[in-house]
Amino acid sequence: MELVSQIGGGVTNGLAYIGSLTSLAGRAAYFTFVAPFRGKPLRLQRAVSQALEVGVRALPILSLITFFIGLILALQAAYELKKFGAMDLVATAVAISMTRELGPLITAIVVIGRSGSAFAAEIGTMKVTEEIDALETMAISPIQFLVTPKFLAMIVMLPCLTIWANSMGILGGASFGVAQADFTWGRYIRTSVEALFLRDIVTGLIKSVMFGITITAVGCLEGLNTGAGAEQVGRSTTRAVVMSIFMVVVVDLIFTLLFFFIGG
Amino acid sequence: MDAESMEFIDSEPMLSLRDLRVSYGDREILHGITFDVMREETLVILGGSGSGKSTLLRTLVGLEKPSSGEIWIKGKDIAKLSNDEMDEIRKRIGMSFQGSALFGSMTVGENVALPLREHTKLEDSTIEIMLRLKLEQVGLAGFEYYMPSQLSGGMMKRAAVARALAMDPEILFFDEPSAGLDPIIAAGIDQLILELKKAFRMTIIVVTHELASAFLIADRMVLIDKGNVVAIGTKEEMRASKQPRVRQFLDRVAEPEVARELDYLQMLTEDRRSVGVPGGKRGT
Repeated sequence: MELVSQIGGGVTNGLAYIGSLTSLAGRAAYFTFVAPFRGKPLRLQRAVSQALEVGVRALPILSLITFFIGLILALQAAYELKKFGAMDLVATAVAISMTRELGPLITAIVVIGRSGSAFAAEIGTMKVTEEIDALETMAISPIQFLVTPKFLAMIVMLPCLTIWANSMGILGGASFGVAQADFTWGRYIRTSVEALFLRDIVTGLIKSVMFGITITAVGCLEGLNTGAGAEQVGRSTTRAVVMSIFMVVVVDLIFTLLFFFIGG
Repeated sequence: MDAESMEFIDSEPMLSLRDLRVSYGDREILHGITFDVMREETLVILGGSGSGKSTLLRTLVGLEKPSSGEIWIKGKDIAKLSNDEMDEIRKRIGMSFQGSALFGSMTVGENVALPLREHTKLEDSTIEIMLRLKLEQVGLAGFEYYMPSQLSGGMMKRAAVARALAMDPEILFFDEPSAGLDPIIAAGIDQLILELKKAFRMTIIVVTHELASAFLIADRMVLIDKGNVVAIGTKEEMRASKQPRVRQFLDRVAEPEVARELDYLQMLTEDRRSVGVPGGKRGT
């Protein structure tokens, strides 16, 4: 009976958590889409500076990581394809894996490490120093001021980063293809592009937007729920990263299933 | 609080509490607080750690929701207002927090200007003038481009006051204004409060346990102990009070019994509600 009640407790806690995330995302959406028509305009400047930090500054590390991932994919695919004399399919394999799955997922993980943790730490520290309370006493909604710009930045930047990641991954695969599989750069890239259907790219980008929403919601929620003291900020940041990774994978599964059944 | 009492408007309280009760989960912290704060008076809320004075202050500015009771500000019971209606009240009050709570990512000037930028449609140049004015009023002229991390404790306090003054509030709240400051700097803050009192005739509510500050700045004082109002009166009345709890507090007599471990543990570990309150330092 202990086990059953633990599972039950776990499920209700999990559902409550998802409820909090949805509520936070919903309120941020209110401030994005509804409030501007009620006299509370969007302050785009904060969103832009967040986008710079979340997106532009992630490019170097994202490029390296996804280039290597593309290379690794090509190596692993070639290992099997060589047996069938089908090395030509390496380009196809890498392109489809990157755009449908690994591009969005790896990008999300890099963004979690850089920005998901930063959101939790920033908001968590503000919670501990009563800055969140100060905003509320000044009749400024912490959601509007802190969370909405982050959502906007992530929703715009994650698809952009994912496109970049896909490209870098294909380049990584190309470096293997040219070195070991009798491709030229031109032929490899042409083959990759021809192998892709629009839906491969679009499903990946839809997933990346959903990942962006998830990462922001978890990071900001953990920040807002920080307890008192520096140690708690550390805990919130850790929780934000771990929960983000988990939730991103869950969202990935949901959307992959969805696309599978609707023929995407 | 209605048209019939218009003739008595000058003697009408700025803020009225009626049987205010606040709980964290199952634990009731404030057990039915009732008192008035008159216009243009400075009321000091005194109490020890765990008395509930900080909870009281947080409830008055809308950071906590009462479990029952009424809080009347300008004819409205804020305990029953929606968030939007409460925001209108919040624009008329200012709060200076214990740790200053300045936004670390903005300059002092941007901190002070924030309420003006968010709530008014004033031109940037006008806001610039107003923030310089506020900074000068608190003795921080010329510091608008400094970051909070570059300021000393006393200066941060002043900047926080400037920010609280940005929208020309009718009621100014202070949470432990002397906390963490050396006696000389603390005296400077006391002087600032006195100057604000004289210049703007604001209603000021201060939560503190520093007796010297309290007797300097207060018109009236209210002593809170274990969530109850123990005594309320002018500072002369308090000084002369014969009530045991008042005498114990004012004469700095140590508690005879050791605080019960269970109470202390409970305070530290209790679950504050949802997006909740920092639990640790607020023994109150």
